[in-house]
Amino acid sequence: MSSLAGSGSAHLRGDAAILSVEDLEVEYHTAAGAFKAVAGVSFDLLPGETLGIVGESGCGKSTTGRAVLRLDPIAGGTVRYRDDSIDTASPRRLRELRRDMQMIFQDPVSSLNPRRSVKDVVTEGLAIDGRSKKERDERAPAVLEQVGLPSERFAGMLPRQLSGGQAQRVAIGRALALQPGLLICDEPVSALDVSVQAQILNLLEDLKKKYELTIVFIAHDLGVVRSFSDNVLVMYLGKTCEFGDAVEVYDRPAHPYTRGLLDSVPRPDAEGGFEGPALTGDLPSPLNPPSGCRFRARCPIAQDRCATEEPVMREIRPGQYAACHFPLD
Amino acid sequence: MSEGLLLEVENLHAYIGSPRGVVKAVDGVSFTLGRGEALGIVGESGSGKSVMARAVMGLMPPRSGRTGTLRFDGRDLLGLGRKQLEQIWGTQIAMVFQDPGRSLSPVVRVERQLTEGMRRHLGVSKSEASSRALRLLNEVGVPDPERRLRAYPHELSGGMRQRVMIAVALACEPELLIADEPTTALDVTIQRQVLDLLRRIQRERRMSLMLISHDLHVVAGQTDRVAVMYAGRMAETGASRTVFDHPRHRYSNALLAATPSIEHVRHASLNVIPGALPSPTDPPEGCRFAARCTAATVECTTTQPPMAPIGIDHEVACFHPVHEKEGELVGR
Repeated sequence: MSSLAGSGSAHLRGDAAILSVEDLEVEYHTAAGAFKAVAGVSFDLLPGETLGIVGESGCGKSTTGRAVLRLDPIAGGTVRYRDDSIDTASPRRLRELRRDMQMIFQDPVSSLNPRRSVKDVVTEGLAIDGRSKKERDERAPAVLEQVGLPSERFAGMLPRQLSGGQAQRVAIGRALALQPGLLICDEPVSALDVSVQAQILNLLEDLKKKYELTIVFIAHDLGVVRSFSDNVLVMYLGKTCEFGDAVEVYDRPAHPYTRGLLDSVPRPDAEGGFEGPALTGDLPSPLNPPSGCRFRARCPIAQDRCATEEPVMREIRPGQYAACHFPLD
Repeated sequence: MSEGLLLEVENLHAYIGSPRGVVKAVDGVSFTLGRGEALGIVGESGSGKSVMARAVMGLMPPRSGRTGTLRFDGRDLLGLGRKQLEQIWGTQIAMVFQDPGRSLSPVVRVERQLTEGMRRHLGVSKSEASSRALRLLNEVGVPDPERRLRAYPHELSGGMRQRVMIAVALACEPELLIADEPTTALDVTIQRQVLDLLRRIQRERRMSLMLISHDLHVVAGQTDRVAVMYAGRMAETGASRTVFDHPRHRYSNALLAATPSIEHVRHASLNVIPGALPSPTDPPEGCRFAARCTAATVECTTTQPPMAPIGIDHEVACFHPVHEKEGELVGR
C-alpha cells in the first residue's frame, strides 16, 4: 500500500490550527494479517473549536482519537499539537504533553481505578504532575464541584458506588483538573440513558465555554454530534468522506455516504419512519477494503471511475470538503 | 389494521427477587395489542420494558412472580405450565433480542436453527423445512441464502445475524413478534435496514409486533401506537405520531426534550430531567415521576394518577398533563 493513498488534506487550515493531523495512519495487526484502521486521515482544529467525528463501526474514529494522544502507535503521517510534533515526541515530552491533552472514554466506570476513592481519582493527574498531597486535597472539592458532584457526599466514594452519569462526571473532572487545552471525548454519552446524557452534554458545553476548551468529539449519534460540534468530519472504513460546518454538512451533504448516514436517522414525521432510501449492503471488512473509493460498493451513484481512482478531499462549496468524484448537489 | 384484540394485559405485576429485596420491575401495567398492530414500548433503563416483554412470553428468571391478567387470543397465559408454554413459543409468540450473537447457538449451522422449530411444531418433512428455511432467508433479505444456510452465526456480520434471528423467530409463523431493542447493537445504516425489514414483514404477514426501544424516535415512525413506561408503570399510550408530536405526560415530554435531534439548535442547552429513578424495591407512593417532575403537587406524591383518556386514542397517567401548546416549546 502506498503511503500516498490518503484521502487528501485540502481542508486543512494551516498554522492557525492548535491541532493538525495530516495523513494519519494507524495499523492493527490481527491473526488474519495487518490492516490500516486509519488509512490517511487529515483534520485540524482552531483554538476553542469543537470537531465532531462521526462514522460507523470500523471507520477508525476511535482509533484516530487515540492516535492523537499516541495511545495507539502512529504508523504514518503527522500529528502537530501547538508547537510539538506528537508523532516524533520523546516519551518524556509525550508525558508532559498529555497533561495538556486529555481524554474521556465511553465506559466511565471501567475507565476509573476501582480501588481509588473519587477524590484520589480526580486528582490523579495532579499527583502525576508532582503536586503535594496538601495541594491535591485542597483542589479536589473545587474539581468535584465544577462537575456537579458535592465533595462532602462523593469524595470518599468508590467508582462502583457511582451511577454511570456520576462516573462520567468524575472522568470529566479528572480530565479537567490539569486545565488541559485539548479534550478528546470518545463516545462520552453513548452508554448513558437519554436523561443522563443530556446532563453530561450540558456540563461539557458549560465547561468548554468556561475553559475555552478545544474538543474532539467522537460519537456515532448524529443528533448528539450536530448539537455539540462546530465542524464535523465523516469517516468511512479508515478514510475521511466529508468535512465542514456541522449544520451545513447536515443540511446539504456532498458525500453520498453522509447522505445515507443522515437518511438512517429515524424521522417519525416521515412516511415509513425514514427519509430517503436506505443504504444497501453491509460494512465491508477493513481487512480487505474495496479498491478506489471504499464506499463504492454501497454507493447508490458509483461509476467505473470509483473502482479505479481513489477520490481525495476537495472543496465542493465554500468551507465544505468531500472525497467524492461525483459529489451531491 | 386491527381485527380485534390479540393480547390483553391487565394490571400486570412482575416481581423479581434480588439480594436487595423484591424488585418491582413491572408494577401494574395494562394495555392491549390488536391483531396486525405494531405497538412500540419505550422507556429508559429501569422502566421495566424488557421484563414486561419477558413476562408476556413467560420467560421469567428464577425467584420471580407474575400476577394480573395476560390474555393471548382469548387464552389465559399466566395459568399455563411449561409444556403448554413451549407450544406457544415460536408458533404463537416469538421474540427477537438485542444481541443475536447470544440468542443463536454458536455451534449450530443457520439451517438447523431455522428448521428445528418447524420440524417440531409444524411437523413438516426435512426437505420441506429446508426449502422453507431458504425462503425465509430470502424474505429477510440475506444475500446468497444457499451459502448462508451452511454458515455458523460467527461467520455472519451483526446485521446478518439479526436478520437470521428474525428469520428463526418467523419460522413457525407466530401471530406476535416481540422485538426487544433489536437494533441497539447495530450501526445506524444497518439499524435502518433491520427496522425497514421488521416493518415490511409485519405488514406482509399481518402479524402483530411489539417493538421495544429506549428511543422514542426509533419506535414512533415504525409503529401504530406507542406506550411510554417509567419505573415499572405506564405513563402514556396513544397513536405514535400523536405521542411523538404532542407528548402529554410530563415524563414523555421531558424525555423527548432531552434528546438532541438532528434539528436541535446547536450548542443550545438540552432540557435535563433532574434526579434519578426511584428505588425499584421500595418505590414511592403516588406518581413514580413526581420527585423529578417540574409540575408535581402534593397530590402527585400521595396518589397514583390513573390512566385516563386525554384525546382520541390517547391516554395519560398524569394529574397535570402538558398543555397541547406547551408541548411545542421543547427544544426540537
